[in-house]
Amino acid sequence: MAKEKVKQKEQKPPAPPVGVWAPAVALGWLVPGAGHLFLKRTGRGLLLLASITAMFLCGLMMRGAMYQPQTGDLLTTLINTGGFIGDLCSGLLYLLTVAFGYNQPDVAGAVHDYGTKFLVAAGLLNVLAMVDVFEIAAGRKD
Amino acid sequence: MPKMNLSHFEAAILFALFTSVVLGVVTKQTDRDRLHYGVYIFVCFVVALFGLGWLMYLGHG
Repeated sequence: MAKEKVKQKEQKPPAPPVGVWAPAVALGWLVPGAGHLFLKRTGRGLLLLASITAMFLCGLMMRGAMYQPQTGDLLTTLINTGGFIGDLCSGLLYLLTVAFGYNQPDVAGAVHDYGTKFLVAAGLLNVLAMVDVFEIAAGRKD
Repeated sequence: MPKMNLSHFEAAILFALFTSVVLGVVTKQTDRDRLHYGVYIFVCFVVALFGLGWLMYLGHG
């Protein structure tokens, strides 16, 4: 009985080939929701596109700051590098913001702070969307 | 770029709204479950918002 359970745990579904999921996931990173649209999940794709883009734009309009990777003590490294990765996960939104110079300097204030968190959260929500795209492309989810 | 000035409450509600939409979309298998889960998450956010708000107010004295 116990051995059967161990065997069941060991039997993981085989990893799908990279060519199956990589284009959809890459597209999902570049434009939030585009991975779902690519896989013909139009409704979900549009909802993700609207939510993540609106969150990112609200963060920008609240004058939120973009994180820059920094090293130093553990907390500084964790916050700044983690925040930078979170920002980067927004894909084209982040790249265009930086390219057109819309990224703000970090200033004190509750609204700015909310803006900074909105920007990072938009990237992290896009990571969730990318994981969902992977599962759909791999056939593990409808 | 227009500037957006929101109160803590407005910003937190907006955050809750966007987050619950995405969590609802990516977690469940059917559209009905997704809608239910999204609404549930949003309600949880709002309850936590008021709960923590009152906790801080009462704790502050």
